[in-house]
Parts: sequence; structure tokens; C-alpha cells
Amino acid sequence: MTKVVVAMSGGVDSSVAAALLKQQGYDVIGMMLRLWSEPGKEESNRCCTPDSMALARRVAAKLDIPFYVVDAKEVFHNTVVNYFLEGYARGETPNPCLICNRQIRWTFLLDHALALGADFMATGHYVRIKKEERGKNQLWCAVDKSKDQSYVLHVLNQEKLSRALFPVGDYTKPEIRQIAESFGLPTASRHDSQDLCFLAGDDYRNFLQRNAAEMLKPGQIVTRDGRVVGEHTGLANYTIGQRKGLGAGSPVPLYVLGKNAATNTLIVGTQNELGSNQLLAHEVNWIAGEAPKGSFRADVKTRYTAKEMPAEVRLLNGDQAEVRFDAPQRDITAGQAAVFYQGDVMLGGGIIR
Amino acid sequence: MSAPIYFDYAATTPVDRRVLDAMMPYFSASFGNPSSVHRYGQQADAALESARETVASVLHCQSGEIVFTSCGSESDNLALRGAALAMREKTGANWILVSKAEHHAVSKTAEQLEKYYGFQVKWLDVDEHGMVMPDVVEKAICDKTALVSVMYANNEIGTINPIHEIAEVCHRHGVLFHTDAVQAATYLPVDVSALGVDLMSLGGHKFYGPKGVGALYIRKGTPLIPSQTGGGQENSLRAGTQNVPYIVGFAEALRLANEEREQRTAHVKPLRDRIIGGVLETISDSKLTGHLESRLPNHASFVFKDVDGNLLLQMLDAAGFACSSGSACKTGNPEPSEVITSLGFSRDWALGSLRVTLGKDSTPEDVDSFLTALPSLVEKARKLATDKRG
Repeated sequence: MTKVVVAMSGGVDSSVAAALLKQQGYDVIGMMLRLWSEPGKEESNRCCTPDSMALARRVAAKLDIPFYVVDAKEVFHNTVVNYFLEGYARGETPNPCLICNRQIRWTFLLDHALALGADFMATGHYVRIKKEERGKNQLWCAVDKSKDQSYVLHVLNQEKLSRALFPVGDYTKPEIRQIAESFGLPTASRHDSQDLCFLAGDDYRNFLQRNAAEMLKPGQIVTRDGRVVGEHTGLANYTIGQRKGLGAGSPVPLYVLGKNAATNTLIVGTQNELGSNQLLAHEVNWIAGEAPKGSFRADVKTRYTAKEMPAEVRLLNGDQAEVRFDAPQRDITAGQAAVFYQGDVMLGGGIIR
Repeated sequence: MSAPIYFDYAATTPVDRRVLDAMMPYFSASFGNPSSVHRYGQQADAALESARETVASVLHCQSGEIVFTSCGSESDNLALRGAALAMREKTGANWILVSKAEHHAVSKTAEQLEKYYGFQVKWLDVDEHGMVMPDVVEKAICDKTALVSVMYANNEIGTINPIHEIAEVCHRHGVLFHTDAVQAATYLPVDVSALGVDLMSLGGHKFYGPKGVGALYIRKGTPLIPSQTGGGQENSLRAGTQNVPYIVGFAEALRLANEEREQRTAHVKPLRDRIIGGVLETISDSKLTGHLESRLPNHASFVFKDVDGNLLLQMLDAAGFACSSGSACKTGNPEPSEVITSLGFSRDWALGSLRVTLGKDSTPEDVDSFLTALPSLVEKARKLATDKRG
């Protein structure tokens, strides 16, 4: 019997994923990661509260599948949290969920699953895998575009996809809720949150203050032409496009245009200066395992919640790509990912410089 | 998939068919409250007192010295809290001596007595096998000592302590001695006069009895203040309507354990020795925890260097073997067990603990397939433990 480990969270999506696979005749094992939180906040990590763990355990019992909790605290801290801190130290706005998916879910947990004798690992992500003509695995957007999570999975490759199952990607969220009900699964209605799990409900700025106070050094707020217009409280406290809280005495509203970590300056400008029609991505990963030739048209998404926008993607040396949008984009942010789509197919992506 | 092979008899055991049969009449047919005046009550009371006599005969004590409780942990709680409070009232003594390798039911109770009740706890060192030596007790004891508590046999590492010798030390100094015999009672004689203990805890589900029932032996004349107050049940030492069917089951299971002790021991001991020999021989960087000779006959326990014990348990379960580790942890939050740490193992060893405990359904074939499967699983777990550091 084909054995599959389902990464469970206690939420409805991964619970239904497990139920569907069990129904399809797989030998299903439930697994849940115990992730890192600041000392004293372990109970509030959004991905593994005691409540969600108890819920996942009940779902597993209901489905009559074994359920194991895997300790990933140390590796999570050493990879994801450090990546987060280092990103801010470089003046970027990192997206740790990308690293979590690459290093924790689809490396660390996958290795555990394989060690337990599993043939596949499944998650409750809203994406689809389809085979193209030459037998390669493609990653497609979910049927339910409003729930699509292909953005955070642009880090996968052929090897991992050959082990991956995404049973919920063919359904809409309302359908998933119905299926959960039909299976009688005891899942709580948890509101979808985009907060980072290890912030445990706190503001990331407070987290940085406690864990990397040294990077929150005050510095100058300057315009593109070098005029000093005020003082900032630390680069990490600002996001690109931000207008509020600049405290700069200027007759026209000013917006954050960029950050210079080397000089610890925050670059601001008027609304007209905001936005750019190009970006440079590095560490570009191609789902197909090889880069498309030359340049190509694609729809490019620059944030998890952003809409994909038409652009021309040109490959540079190594793992870099240059993206030229047809129209300027307002909030291109270093540290976030630029992910490339052609129709429903997600081709890959890289980290914005 | 066939059911995994059960190698976790120290955690709990299945209820013996004969025990279950003995219990059944007391759920619905003879359901009376033993405290009632009428004949329903008398019937239940007869069953209760007959069970008490059975237990007393196994323990070589008077039936009035047995108090039934809800489990071994409750017995430990009642013994420590009840005797400590009573002794302080009587003599002013406020020191409690507890070994470093006790079950949490004892160690956490001692910690609470220290934190909230004004007692002082002295933790007794154990040797590298987890054994409490009588001279360690002798040195630690003083005229302020109210109570000494040392377990009969250790649940995590199987080591059997020299209870009789420790009891002698305590009595020379006029100090009460409690032993947690929850793990021991399945295979070791629990004759309280031979052991010389004042208080002894038992739990039913370790010897093929039901969960949710235990007993505390209290030597006649031992001062004790009840923890649970209310009605006058159990000689006013433990209020609450007695759980008659479970108490009947407890007594029957203990009687059978006593009667069949030799044959049960003869069944598990050779299997245990094969496991110990096989594991130490085939797995590098492996060590036996606990004493080699003075250990429970069904108990094998190990540490493996650079292995996540929790992961190993998951892999074993997936491969069809239900085992346990020192730090019974299903929440993915591994901390090395205090017991393993008290033996002097560093963290890289202590986290990789494995406990294999046998019982009456264990077979040589089970042991063989376990010994065949384990080495490659340990190897895999080691590789992952290295990756885990990130």
C-alpha cells in the first residue's frame, strides 16, 4: 500500500487532505511540526498551539491514522528565524514562509516522512500538480484562485514534486468546508492569518526590538537627491510605500522609496517618485529544473497578496532574472519573492534584490 | 496493516480476561454503595472487603492497612503529602528525602511540598545505574527528617533499589519510609513485612488490572493526614464512594500476579536478555541504562548517542513496534528525562533513550523481528538528527 505522510495543522485544509487521501486508499500518517517561538510564547505559535495540536490529534483519531509530532524548533530557529533577522539587517523585508516551505516543510519534514517509509508527503496547500508532455511535474495554481498558494511554493523542484501530493488544490474553499463536514471532521473555524507564526500574535517590530535590537539604529531620512528631511527609528520599522510615521516636516506627503542598509538611511520621495517598472530577482528557482531560454512574457507576482502583473522576464547570468513590468508597480520590496506565471502554470521565482 | 507489536508493558498492560470477568458483576448486577445499610450495600461492601483481604494477603499485612485509591500517582500523593504533614505536626520534622530518579508522582509532590507547604527537600544521589545506596540515605538523614521516599523499581530504567536495607536505615533513625512499588509489583515480591516499608504505592494497570485504581499500604500506627476529605470511607483516609468493580479487578490482578510471578518472570526474562544482548552487540554508540543484574525482568532500556528518541519511537511505530522512551513525549517538545540525566549522561546521549518492556504476550519471534529492524532505524534517526541542527 502506498504510504503518505500528511503535514497536519489542525486546520480544515490539511485535515481534509488527510481524509481525501485515506478515502483514496492511501496508507496515511499524520504529522505535525513543533516550531520555534520565543521563550515563554511557545503556546502562542500560530502554527502549533496546544489547541491546534489537540485538534489535529482528534482528526487523526477520527480518520484512524497514526499521528506524530516532530520537533523542529532548533532547525526552524537556525534557518527561518535567522533568515528573517538577517533579511532585516540587510534592509530588506524578508518572507520567512518561503524558507520555511523550502527548508522545514519540504526538506526537514519530507526527510522525516521518507525515514518513516513514506512514498509521498501531502500538505493542505491550495495548488495543483500536473504532468506535462515530457513527464515533468508542473505546479499549477489552485482551482480556487482566491486561495492559491503557489507563491510560497515557488521554491520546490522536480525531486520534491515527485514526492508531493496536494489533494485540496482541485477544490474551492467552500467545497473543502463541505467535505470536512461530510467526513465529520472536528476542525475549528480558524481565521486565515498572514501573521508570521513565530511572532505569536505580536508585531514584528517588537520581535526585532527583543531579538535584534542592535539593528534598530536611528538614522537619517533623505530624499533621492540627498536632502536630509528627518530621522528614522531603525530601517526595519518601515515598509516600502509607507506614508505614515515618517515624521518628516515636508509640505507634500512623503513615501518610503527604499532603504540603504550600508548608510542606514531611509530614502523617501513624493507619490510621483513611488513605484518602478522593473526589478531584479536572484536565487531564481525554476520548477522545471531548467531556465526557459532568453526572455519571455509572464505575469509576475511580487507579494503573496499582490495581483500578478504582465511583464517581460529576461534571464541574466547564473540564477538572476530581470523583470520589466508593462506598468510601474508601487510596492516592489527587496526580500519578497517575484514569482512568474504563464496562465495557471507557476514557472518559478526568485528573491527581489 | 497488522497491529504493532506491543513492547510497552511498563506504560500499561491489557486487562487479563480473568480480571475482567471478576469485575463484571459489580457494574450493574451488584451495583450497591458499600456505605449503604441495605443489602445492596452489604453485597458491595462484602466485595470491597474481600478485595482488601486479598490484597492484604499478598502484601502480608492486615486488611486495615490497605487504602484503595484512584491510581498509583494518587497513592504517592497521599503517602508523601499525608505523612509529611502528619509528621511535622507530630514531631516538627520538615525535611523530605527523595531520590533523584523518582517518578514525577513523587518528585513533583515533593517539589510542591517545598514550594507551598514549607518543607525542605533533599534530593538523594543515585549511582550510575540509578540505584539509591543505603549509605547515601544514612548520610542525608537527620533528626529533622520526616520522610524518605525511594522507589522499589524504576519505570524508566528498570533498576531495583535495595528497599529492605534503606528501610532499616530509616527505622534506625525513627524516620518514615515510603516506596513507590507501582512498577515493581508485577514481577517482584511486595511483602511489606520483608521489605520493612511504612508506606507503599501500587497501581492496578501495570499488572493486567484496570486503569483508574490503585492502593496505598499504610503500616498500622503511621501518622497520615488525608488529602481528599469528605465521608469516612477507607478508614477516613480517602473520602469518596469506592470504585467497587475496579477495586475487585485490582485485587484479582494482584492475586494473579503474585500466584504466577515465577512463570511470568521465566517467560519474559530470557526475552529481555536477548534484547539487551542483541541491541548492545549490533548498534554502535549504544549503552544500557539502569542496572544490568538488579533490574526488572521484563525491562530493557538504552540510550543511543546522537539520536532523537522521539523520532526513533515514531519510526519504530511506523515499522510496527510500540515502544517508549525516557521522556514520554508526544508533543514534540523533547527534554532529556531527569532520570536519564541523573545517571550522568550528557544531552547528546540522554535525548536518545529507548525503553522496551515485555509482557505475557511477547514472543521470541517479536524479539527477533525487533532486533532485525532496530539497527537500520537507529542509523536513519542518527542521520536525521545530524540534519536537524540545520
